[in-house]
This record gives sequence, C-alpha cells and structure tokens, in this order.
Amino acid sequence: RAAGRKGTVEPLEYYRRFLKENCRPDGRELGEFRTTTVNIGSISTADGSALVKLGNTTVICGVKAEFAVPPTDAPDKGYVVPNVDLPPLCSSRFRSGPPGEEAQVASQFIADVIENSQIIQKEDLCISSGKLAWVLYCDLICLDYDGNILDACTFALLAALKNVQLPEVRINEETALAEVNLKKKSYLNIRTHPVATSFAVFDDTLLIVDPTGEEEHLATGTLTVVMDEEGRLSCLHKPGGSGLTGAKLQDCMSRAVTRHKEVKKLMDEVIKSMTPK
Amino acid sequence: MRSEYLTYTQARPAGRKSGLHVGCGAMEGAMRSDDKVCTETGIESSSRGPGCSLRHFACEQNLLSRPDGSAAFLQGDTSVLAGVYGPAEVKVSKEIFNKATLEVILRPKIGLPGVAEKSRERLIRNTCQAVVLGALHPRTSITVVLQVVSDAGSLLACCLNAACMALVDAGVPMRALFCGVTCALDSDGTLVLDPTAKQEKEARAVLTFALDSVDRKLLMSTTKGLYSDAELQQCLAAAQTASQHVFRFYRESLQRRYSKS
Repeated sequence: RAAGRKGTVEPLEYYRRFLKENCRPDGRELGEFRTTTVNIGSISTADGSALVKLGNTTVICGVKAEFAVPPTDAPDKGYVVPNVDLPPLCSSRFRSGPPGEEAQVASQFIADVIENSQIIQKEDLCISSGKLAWVLYCDLICLDYDGNILDACTFALLAALKNVQLPEVRINEETALAEVNLKKKSYLNIRTHPVATSFAVFDDTLLIVDPTGEEEHLATGTLTVVMDEEGRLSCLHKPGGSGLTGAKLQDCMSRAVTRHKEVKKLMDEVIKSMTPK
Repeated sequence: MRSEYLTYTQARPAGRKSGLHVGCGAMEGAMRSDDKVCTETGIESSSRGPGCSLRHFACEQNLLSRPDGSAAFLQGDTSVLAGVYGPAEVKVSKEIFNKATLEVILRPKIGLPGVAEKSRERLIRNTCQAVVLGALHPRTSITVVLQVVSDAGSLLACCLNAACMALVDAGVPMRALFCGVTCALDSDGTLVLDPTAKQEKEARAVLTFALDSVDRKLLMSTTKGLYSDAELQQCLAAAQTASQHVFRFYRESLQRRYSKS
C-alpha cells in the first residue's frame, strides 16, 4: 500500500527501490523487453501494413505506393517517404495541430534508418529511368504511447515493408502511358533487417532496456542502437543525457545483437503463418 | 571563407586588434589563440598530415551586444555563430518548477528550418541539459540560438563547440564543458577526424560525438551510414584523444581572455 502511494509522490525514490533489487515495478528484469506482438497485413486498403505492440505501446504502419517522376539528379531512383504521427489519442501530452518536436525527431530518425541501413535499394523502385518511379509513403501512427516509440516504429516499418506487394507496371511504347497489371504482384526486395534497441540511463550508471513512458520521464538519458543481421550498426542515436563509457556501450551492443535475433524470429514466424498453403 | 573572416577583423578599429585589456568589449581570442595552439601542440593549420588531425580552429567570444553571451566558432571553413540569452523569464506553460528550461534554436544558412534542424536542436539541447546546472536557476529559461554562417563539413560538431563557448561567455553554471568531434570512415575503413564536406559525402559512415571535459564520457552521439561495432570503438577512442586538443584550446583562449597583461 505504502509503495503505491510513494509511486505518485516520490516516483524516483520508488523506482530506485526496485532498481536496487535489479528489477522494475512491472516485474521485468533490467535487460528484459516487454511482450512484443505483431500483426501483418491488417489494413486492406494499404499496399502493405503492420501493427506492432510493445507492451502497451502500439504503432501501426501503412505503406501506400504511388507514381512519381524520379529526381533529376538521380533518374533511376525511387522515393521512400516516412512520416511519424503522434496524435492526441496516444497520450495527453500531445495536442492536435502541426507535428510537435517529438514527432519530427521520430520522423527524422526513421528516415535516417531507411537511408543508412539500405533496407530497400532505391533503384528497385524505378520503373522507367528518368520518367516513372514508385514512391512509397510510409505512415506510422502511434495509437498508444507508453515509451520506446522508436523501437516500435522501426519494427512496424520493417514488417510493413515486408508485406508490401507492388503490381507489375509496363510502359506502353505507343501511347507512352503506364499499364498496371493488378493481377501480377510481387514483394519488395528487402536487403537488410534493421532492428532498434532502446535503453534508458538512470542516475548516470544504470542501463535499462525498453523503457516505459514513466521510466523515460525519470531517466537521465536515452540511447537507441539500430543493428542489422550482420552486426553492422546503422544508427547510434544518443540525444544527450548522462555520459557513457566505452565499456557500457559494449554491453548495449551485445544486448542489441540478442534483441535482433528475437525480433527476426518473431517476424519470420508471422510471415510464415501468413503465406497461403 | 577564411579570407572573408580576416577582412572582418581588420575592419575593426586599430586599437581593438591587439586584443588586450579588460576594458574592451570583445576579446579576440581568434588569431592569437590558434597560432599558439598550432606551435605548442603541432596541429596542422592549412594542410592535414596523414592520420588523425583536426582542422585549424578559432574562436571569438563576446562579439554580439544584445545576447548575454555569444561566441563564433570556426573549424576550417565551417563557422557557426552562437548567442545565449539567460537565465531569463520563461512562459508559464514552459516553466519547470525546479530547473531552468533550456531551448535551442538552430537556423540554417539558407532556407527555413525543417525537420532535420529540429532533430539537431533536440540533440544539442539534450547535450546542454546534461551539463548545465539548471537546478540553480529554477523557473527561468536559457535560450541558445545558433546561426550557421558557412558549412564545409563537421557542422554539428562546430555547433556544439560554439554553443559551449557561448554558454561559458554568458556565465551559465555548468558541471563540465563539452565539445563535438566528427569522424568519417571511408570504404576501406580509414578514419578521418573533422572531415570536410567532400570527405563526408564520399565516406561510408560519418559519426558525430559530444564528449564531456571531466572524464571524456560520451554525452551525445549521432551517426550516418553503416559500420561495425569495432569501428565504433575505434572512432570513439580517436574522438576522445582529439577532444583533449579542443579542451586545451578552450582553456587557453579563456586564459588569454581573462589575463590582466
């Protein structure tokens, strides 16, 4: 009883009591992730979609493919345009209106992950060099904000892209128009599988994995590592906060490697269960 | 870019150029300071030797009259102007009851600030929040305004250095100083510190770190491109060695500024 009251009056002290015993108020270990569930292909109007739940944090990603003229300085490349939306629905701290700072930072982070890890070769999205290319609009909407939004968004994006099916397009030489064959669809060529692992730093020394909304608020710093299956890092995002030594970073890397295996296994299982027998 | 800067300083009245005396508003830590650093620590000025070395850097403080503190930081041809207002009054909606509210505004050289600028502002703001002793000024606001004057590579590191020097100039209490260092890894794994714009474009990965002055811990990091874990540790170690030069430069330019002679 006393612990419950202290949780609202002195949240930091309340947390410290648990951290001393190497666990957290929701019963997890310091290196344990919340239950991750993924649902692929739920939106029928989108070309690809995925819903990811990381404990209470829920993010849905929908991918729509449209035609566009390729950029003049790269005539054989298409576009991948991500956008992260944090609507007032997911948390009381977001108001309606233009995207706030948190949403803009998350959008920039996802754009960087796509660019750095080369999930998709942009040349694969080109239909006719200099004339027509695919543009994939990836919209990520958070339905419930309980911390660790970056991990959920990265996972949702990857799962949705794996679900995208693009119809075959031919350019008719006589009319110079594009002919879309909706009956013949093919999956995208996903080259790497980047998985994000987020940590929160407490009291300058303790690192906990997958922070909830409360833990993020009390933490003195956060760190996100994006790793692909070959152990290459595409992003080490540490926006300020308390300092870390090289040794602590090493621990984070090893945890990120194990997390990658967990996530890949989960995604492969879901995709396998979806393919028609 | 460098020559433009030189003509700017020469345009000032002759008496100021000597950079002495407490009476003068602006102390020119610039030319003298980096000359001294060049001879003592052997940092290459115009051409870079093989291996890891930083470009020629220079700093000037207290050059603007309205902000409480200001600094211009130059790294090679990249230059950023920073101004700090604070501790000042804060809007009731933004006030924090036990700390100062820190705000960072970054304006690019051309165009309107976009999503990328917002992302960088968040990085710089969180770095400053880790070192500024906000608890000494509760319910106030400290605003850091950064203007990019020229961009020739390593822009974020230059912004961090300018912000730190401006905060020192404004007299904001801090628990440590911080500096920014950029590393670029090219396709065969060679490390280049403080890359130029051309080197950044051709590199396989560009990593920017912010390190604190007390025990060289990593305060902020942001990376672009693909690299391995071992390369990360290598870059971090190189950045920590390079940061020592930057901190020594900070110390010397401040000593020069406040010395009575």
